[in-house]
Formats: sequence, structure tokens, C-alpha cells
Amino acid sequence: MKAVDIIRNGLVKENPTWVLILGMCPTLATTTSAVNGMSMGLATTFVLMMSNIVISLLKSVIPDKVRIPAFIVVIASFVTIVEMVMKAYLPSLYDSLGLFISLIVVNCIVLGRAEAFASKNNAWHSCLDGIFMGLGFTWALTLVGIVRELLGTGCIFGHSIIGGADGMLLFILPPGGFLVLGLLMAAVNRLR
Amino acid sequence: MNILNISGSPHVHSDESTRRIMWRVNMALIPTLLVSIAFFGLNALLISLVSVACCCLFQWMIEKWIMKVPSTVSDGSAVVTGLLLAFNVPATANMIWLVAIGALVAIGIGKMSFGGLGKNPFNPALVGRVFMLISFPVQMTTWPVVNGIFPMNLDVVTGATPLGVFKEGGFPEDVTLMDAFLGHIGGSLGEVSALAILLGAAYLLWKKIISWHIPVAFIGTAALFSLILWLQPDHTMMIKGVLHHMPDPLTAILTGGVMLGACFMATDMVTSPMSKAGQLIFGAGCGLLTIIIRIWGAYPEGVSFAILLMNAVTPLINRGFHPKRFAN
Amino acid sequence: MAKKAPSTLLNMLLSLTAIALVAAAALAALNGATAEPIAKAQQAKVESAISAVLPSFARIEDKTVDGCVCHVAYNEADECVGAAIEAGNDKGFGGHLQLMVGFDTNGVVYGYKILETHETPGLGAKADLWFQKDGKGSIIGKDPASANLTVSKDGGEVDAITGSTITSRAFLTVISDAANTFQHLNI
Repeated sequence: MKAVDIIRNGLVKENPTWVLILGMCPTLATTTSAVNGMSMGLATTFVLMMSNIVISLLKSVIPDKVRIPAFIVVIASFVTIVEMVMKAYLPSLYDSLGLFISLIVVNCIVLGRAEAFASKNNAWHSCLDGIFMGLGFTWALTLVGIVRELLGTGCIFGHSIIGGADGMLLFILPPGGFLVLGLLMAAVNRLR
Repeated sequence: MNILNISGSPHVHSDESTRRIMWRVNMALIPTLLVSIAFFGLNALLISLVSVACCCLFQWMIEKWIMKVPSTVSDGSAVVTGLLLAFNVPATANMIWLVAIGALVAIGIGKMSFGGLGKNPFNPALVGRVFMLISFPVQMTTWPVVNGIFPMNLDVVTGATPLGVFKEGGFPEDVTLMDAFLGHIGGSLGEVSALAILLGAAYLLWKKIISWHIPVAFIGTAALFSLILWLQPDHTMMIKGVLHHMPDPLTAILTGGVMLGACFMATDMVTSPMSKAGQLIFGAGCGLLTIIIRIWGAYPEGVSFAILLMNAVTPLINRGFHPKRFAN
Repeated sequence: MAKKAPSTLLNMLLSLTAIALVAAAALAALNGATAEPIAKAQQAKVESAISAVLPSFARIEDKTVDGCVCHVAYNEADECVGAAIEAGNDKGFGGHLQLMVGFDTNGVVYGYKILETHETPGLGAKADLWFQKDGKGSIIGKDPASANLTVSKDGGEVDAITGSTITSRAFLTVISDAANTFQHLNI
């Protein structure tokens, strides 16, 4: 397998959000603003990369029957690391993402890549897969976040684009997440 | 039994019959439109025009450029959606352009994203209306004061709807039942006059476009439930620690959107059950949910949410109550 | 592909134990390393809230009155300049509403900051600016003891947030509760 294929898979061809449709909970819940969506994506990217590397290195010593609990322990450890570091050094971001950081543990993408890729490939490829699957997730979340923030508040990354307008509140509330995700998914899959 | 085959006859709607039905519904909406223009003046006319024009335009654009199918604008269903959407917003100047956004959501998301007329599970006009209510809560709950016939400028003062007054724990003393029946009260464009709505509904019943089951079950359940609440001591109830007056059953059904919803929106044949028994359950559910949302919910009026919720249950009701002639 | 370790009981036990131990050790070490920055971040959050609602001060003395945390502020000359009170209730539209309310020595509202809110964005969430000095329903500089700090709908002198009467009522109740607590502080 070539590195360039892994990169293309993660970003476009097997994009976790638009094509595999994994990790919908954080996609809907954390994309109320572009910053939140991007931060959630990057936090997940870190966990994906690290857990892919470690699981790939450990794949020959983990017996098949206990591989799922072993993977979960590895993933949960990295999620806890992200949570602690964010709490210590980025407290305001932690306040807005809160609970959803811990929920990266149960994000299907992370366990899915561990099971489908890292447990079958070498550490270098697994690392690449983790990074680019993560970045594929990140750009999707950022895009959803940008659209929701723009329609909901008239801002992008907190900078006002449409002056004076209040925006359409529905888009920063949960139903807006479903609407934007559905419409963007239709658009992206038409273009892809 | 094949579960796909639950539609009532005729199984194949010809274009011609859909078209005739939709234009007759439009006819039935005319008295309400005239009354709203009488009470809310130019604003009501402009809002209705913008809403209808936008609904038709968006439907035409989506069919031409996205779905690439022949246009069905002339069947009149987009006009129905446009009129009903306009009837569900307050007659303020803001609404003249905000209703265009509502029209895009009603047609684009409420109707065309499911494949067009006949495939939408929810009433498109209500999808647009609820979208606007949640997105623009301040503008959607600012009501012009009704004063006299054919006012030219309404935006100077804003009043409250009778239901809004009840929600705040007050009692709308200056509203008589006759006012509410004729439409001389605060509210959305098309919901104020019960008389005009009943005229339109009578026409639809006469032409056999709607049956009596949904409106009667809807209004009857709402009235009955209101009666039970009204019979509380002193016609008041403690809700979330605040003493609220309960409207008497007639006020409850004549103010707010019960009449409009029961006659024109709950009866939408695409989104309501097909069997008579199913329609009775559907109507009763709408009435019950409306009063529950009014009294215990966050909003003073619950008709839109009630109908949308029952729309969601319609496939289930259709599974339980097949139209008689097709039952095994 | 490398050969997998067979799923014998011993192998499973050893591998899981080893992974769990390494993970636990790594997290314990990190927990130790981040404990201090986390505490500091929490402290900084409280301090920035206090300084946002009080005139400039030199030191803070924490007290608990009526079950509320109160931060009494003193200047360089050790004179009391006011107090910030953490108060809240569950009457908000979305649930709990927690504020830091600052009073000067006369009991006049000097400033407030929202510590926790679940109000609707664009409606009740506007409370963060609405009641400030330049807001439409300003309560800054008013004395809860003499002014009627309730919404105008209830006969008070504060304009409620448009479309958010429930949030406004909850907010003003917190303010008057905080004012009561301030009275009990006896400054």
C-alpha cells in the first residue's frame, strides 16, 4: 500500500464523516462553532494517530480474543491524556467541549481504524492512516462548524461576516446540526 | 399482506385530480386571506405575495436545476404551502423578507428533499413555520395590535396574543368571544378569524376534499381537554410555581391556531392517515398535544408542534388502521 | 504479517495486565504533572471573574455565608472595597444559572459575570451583556435594597430580555438572593 493512497483514503475516498458515516455524535454535538468543530477534530486526530501507532506495534503480542479490551485501554489512555492536557492548558476550550472529549473513547472511527487498519499494518502506515483519517474527520467537522456558525450567528471563527444580523438560531441548536450535516453530506457526495 | 400496499384508492393519482384538489384548497383559503388583509392591511398582502411567489420560485428552481424533472409548479401545491406559511406568521414588516427564508425551508427541506409532493412526511408549511419560530424567536412572537379595518401602518405598537397573555399568568379581559370568532384579536395572519376558516372548511367538505374526521376530532379533543382544565378551582392552576388562568373551552379553540390547523393543515392528505379511524386518532392526538404544549410547554401555542408530531406518527397509524376496503 | 500470539489464558492475562499497567502508570505520571496547572487554571478562572465584577483590589478573603461562597475584597490600605458573591438557582429556562455578583461597600451592584448557563443561544444567553452597564436592562449601579430589581412585566424597573422573560426572572432572582447574602456579610 502506498502512502499517497492512505492519505487520499482518509481525506476523501473513505472520509470518516462523509463516506464511512462514523462518529456522528461528536459531529452533530460539537459543531456549534467552527473553532469547536476544528478542536474536536484535532483532539480526535491526536488520539487516532497515537492509538494507531501503539496498536500497530503491539498487534503481535495481543491475543485475538482480548484484542477489543486491549484496544479500548490504549484508546482510553490517550483520550485521558488529551483531556488532562486540555484541562490544564486550554481551560476555556475544555469548558465548551467538555464531556465530548471523554466520549472520543467510544468514537467508532478510533476503534474502527484500530480494528480495520492498525491491527493489520505496520506502524508507519498506521501512523499515516491515523493522521489523515483524523484530518479527514477534522475538515468535515470544521466545514459543518463553519456553515452552522455562519448561518446561526453570522460569524466565522468568531469574526463577524454579516454585520448586525442575529442569524438563524436553529442552526446552532441540535436540529440545525442534523440539517446542515444532511445537506452537506448530499453536496459532498455529489461532488466527490 | 404486502405492507407497501396501504394506500387508499385511487392508487394512481392523475395529474389532473391533484391539480383540481390543490386549486380548490387555494379557493378555500381565499376568505381567510381577505380577512387577514382586512385586519392587517398592506403587510398581510405583501407577506402572502412574497411567501407564495418564493414557494413557487424555489420549487421551480429545485425541479429545474437540482432534480432535473419537469416543473410541477402549476399543480398549485406550492401556492397552498405559500399561503399556509404566510397565514402562520405575524403581520409585521420584518416578516415580508423573513418569510422568504421560511419558504425556502418549507419547499427545499420540508417538501423537495423528500422527493416532492406526495412523498413528504411532514406538512411543508409547518416545517417552514417551526423553522422560523425557532430561528427568529423575537420577530416571530412580536404581534401587531389590531385596530379597526384596513390599517396602513401596523408596526408602531406591538400587542400580545390572548394565548400569550394566558401563558404569562394574565387574563385577556378585553377579548370577547365575538372578537375571537370574527378575528379581531392578536395573532398570525390567518389564524385570527374562525369565521373565515370555517367558510373555507365548509367549501372543502362540500367538495369532499377533506372529511370531517380530523377537524372534529382535533377541535373536539382540544375543547374537551380545555374544559377539564377550566373546571379546576377558580379556573386557575399552579404551573411551575406560578398561578395561571385557564381559558374556557371556546376561547381555547377560537384563539391561537387550532381552527386554522384543524381545518387546513392537519387535513393535508399527504401527511395524515388514510382510514377514518386513523384520522380520528390523528385529530385527537393533535388536540391533546396542542393543549399540553400550551399549558405545560415552553411556547404559548402548540398547534404547529402538535401537528408535526402527529405527522411523524402517521405511518404508524396507517399500519394499524388500514383503509377499510383494502383490509384483509 | 507478524505471527499473532495465540489466545491462551496465560497470554491473554499477561498482555492485558501489561497494557493496563503501562497505561495506568503513564496516566498517573501525567495526572501528577497536570494537577498543578489544572488547579491554577481553575483559580485563574475564579480570580478573573472576581476582578471583572469588583473595583481594583489588593487581596481577597473568602467566606461562606448562607451556603454561598463570598469573596471580600480589600485595597492596599486594607479597607474593604466590596464583595463578590457566587450565587445561582435552577429557575433558568435551560436549568441552572450561576453568577458572580459584585457589590461595593454600599451594597450597590458593581458588576456581574455568568459562571454557568444553559440558556438558549440568541435568547436567554444574551443575559451576559443585557444587564451590563451598556445593556438595555442595565442593573449596574443600582441598589437592590431600594430599587425594585424585577422585570417590568412584574412591576419592576428592569427591562426583560426580549423573548426571554423566564431567564430574566431567574437572573434577577439570583441578583436579589446575592444581595441578601451581601447584607448578611455585614460589611
